[in-house]
Amino acid sequence: MNLPGTQDYLAALPEIVVATLACIVLLIDLWSNDRERLLTWLATQFTLLVGIVLIIVQLSTDVTYAFAGTYVKDILSDVLKLFIFIGAGVAFLYMREYLRIHNEMKGEYFTLGLFAVLGMMVLASASHMITLYLGLELLSLSLYALVAMRRDSAQSAEAAMKYFMLGAIASGMLLYGMSMIYGATGSLDLREVADAVAQARSDDLILIFGLVFIVAGIAFKLGAVPFHMWAPDVYQGAPTAVTLFLATVPKLAAFAMLMRLLVDGLGPLHDQWQGMLIILAVLSMAIGNLVAIAQENIRRMLAYSTISHVGFLLLGVLSGTDQGYAAALFYTVVYMIMGLGAFGVLVMLGRAGFEADRLSDIKGLNQRSPWLAGVMLVMMFSMAGVPPFLGFWAKFAVLQEVVAVGLVWLAVAAVVFSIIGAFYYLRIVKLIYFDEAEEQAPIRGSSPMRVMVSSNGLVVLLFGLFPAPLLGICIAVFTRIELVIG
Amino acid sequence: MGIEKFLFYFFAAILLVAATLVITVRNPVRAALSLVLAFFASAALWMLLEAEFLALVLVLVYVGAVMVLFLFVVMMIDIDLAQVKEGFSRMLPAGIAVAVGLVVVMAVVVGPEHFGLEGFGEVPRHGADYNNTRELGMALFTTFVYPFELAALILLVAIVAAIALTLRRRPGTRHQNPAEQVAVNAAERVRVVKMAAEPRDDAPVPTAEPGESKEEPR
Repeated sequence: MNLPGTQDYLAALPEIVVATLACIVLLIDLWSNDRERLLTWLATQFTLLVGIVLIIVQLSTDVTYAFAGTYVKDILSDVLKLFIFIGAGVAFLYMREYLRIHNEMKGEYFTLGLFAVLGMMVLASASHMITLYLGLELLSLSLYALVAMRRDSAQSAEAAMKYFMLGAIASGMLLYGMSMIYGATGSLDLREVADAVAQARSDDLILIFGLVFIVAGIAFKLGAVPFHMWAPDVYQGAPTAVTLFLATVPKLAAFAMLMRLLVDGLGPLHDQWQGMLIILAVLSMAIGNLVAIAQENIRRMLAYSTISHVGFLLLGVLSGTDQGYAAALFYTVVYMIMGLGAFGVLVMLGRAGFEADRLSDIKGLNQRSPWLAGVMLVMMFSMAGVPPFLGFWAKFAVLQEVVAVGLVWLAVAAVVFSIIGAFYYLRIVKLIYFDEAEEQAPIRGSSPMRVMVSSNGLVVLLFGLFPAPLLGICIAVFTRIELVIG
Repeated sequence: MGIEKFLFYFFAAILLVAATLVITVRNPVRAALSLVLAFFASAALWMLLEAEFLALVLVLVYVGAVMVLFLFVVMMIDIDLAQVKEGFSRMLPAGIAVAVGLVVVMAVVVGPEHFGLEGFGEVPRHGADYNNTRELGMALFTTFVYPFELAALILLVAIVAAIALTLRRRPGTRHQNPAEQVAVNAAERVRVVKMAAEPRDDAPVPTAEPGESKEEPR
């Protein structure tokens, strides 16, 4: 019998506390009459803060398994959760501003967002396929609902429906793959799976069959080509506040899923999944960057840009070395910061009933607000990978590891595609600085929003000049060096 | 062929036929009923594996609750079949290609070579005093307590999402107040109003002159 004891509860304390507080936030929202939902929002941010404190207090390089091996607390899960909390906190701030501008304030945006954060935490420290699947469903279900929140908009409903359908198919594929792995290894515990796979013949058809389905399921969730069809429609159809959340922070959870399933569980099959990830990565970078050029809608363009970034992320993982994983983690975090910044600027450009998401809406932004134009310039240069911004170092780190494992052609292809991709990022910069403004409405925005967007831009610039601390954290996660924060 | 093997193939055949019917019949109600049959057949298969509790729960929850609710929904909404079938023939070749490919690959992998009976031991048989429900409960609340709680949270999110997406507070909607309804007396129910007779008002409504409202005032 495996009755959970104190050490189990202590290990999973962040999840337990966040789940409890999320329920309390739900109740607060129910009883509060505030139209601005300030109390709900503050309680949400307080929950994230408590989560950060709990993680930092328990931060250690020890690997602790809890709840009969269904939960693992290691340095990777700790660091991922920290970044998830920080990213979600910033996203909720932008979300609140957007909802206020558009008069759509509803507490459920924050409570469902909090449950999505909980799902990501579960994914980050899953060491059992059942936990992993449940975490994924918790995250996905919250996101489907968030996308559909604007009930009277046909576009949102369509986006939510597409997201839900394709997400359900992806979950089905993942489950089918897991059941195959279970059939071949006799266990769902990722540690036992890894042991069984290491002893199995490397050409075991059932294992590879299961692996194919698992990779396809993860690729759906990441939005990698050819499983990317949902991304542009969902990014465009959902309210920008939801897009900025679902486009950024859950990528960390998807990275966690990649690491847990492919590296922790099916690590011995690296030769097999490396080939699959190479196909996904090359296609994602190619289709993402080429199709983004043709987009007239900024949110759609950013969706394709995300797809190409996912390709880069996969490059880091497929190298199969600890440095490669560190580079992929670094890339994911950097992408999250850049994505939040770019969508934050879009939120500030909108006004009640009007989404500023066409390319023409951003024309001449420099005349309307030089500061905001500067932030967008930083984000676009960074996404394109222009030094000295943060995005350059992310791409550099990943390419270095790809070359280190001898896949030079892959690195060359990645560089070519990012040069092609630079076109549409620079087009935005050109529209901002060299075109006449068509839109003359003044750009307002609450002071917390201004401060946050500005610091988001500054972070990209400063970490671009001094990338060592952030990169150091990511490397320390995988080389298991004793980590000191603060 | 033992009786057990016969039962397995019997119910497996029913399951396959029912599952095929779910996606091929034209009438949505029949599709839902075929799904009910599929659930019954798979419950019987579970029964053969001595998973009695799961078999019963499948019938009780899925057939008894979920599918009945589903039938209500299917009967209440008006599904335009022509619209559903739109583009079917256009998509058919691609669909068949993918399906055939998948089936071939699956037949190679999930065939008797890898999943043959000799590769797996006999299903362990338990005595009459073996309590399926108790064992399941023990596993759920000890080894799998963490996933179990997560499943509960998923249900909570489903409730929150369903309410957030459907609850509308429209101004002017009329609600019943049972307390007031019960406390009503005869004098409040009918009010007789005396008023003067008025001429019938069934003269045709004057229509707008053609062309009058076409042009917007400039």
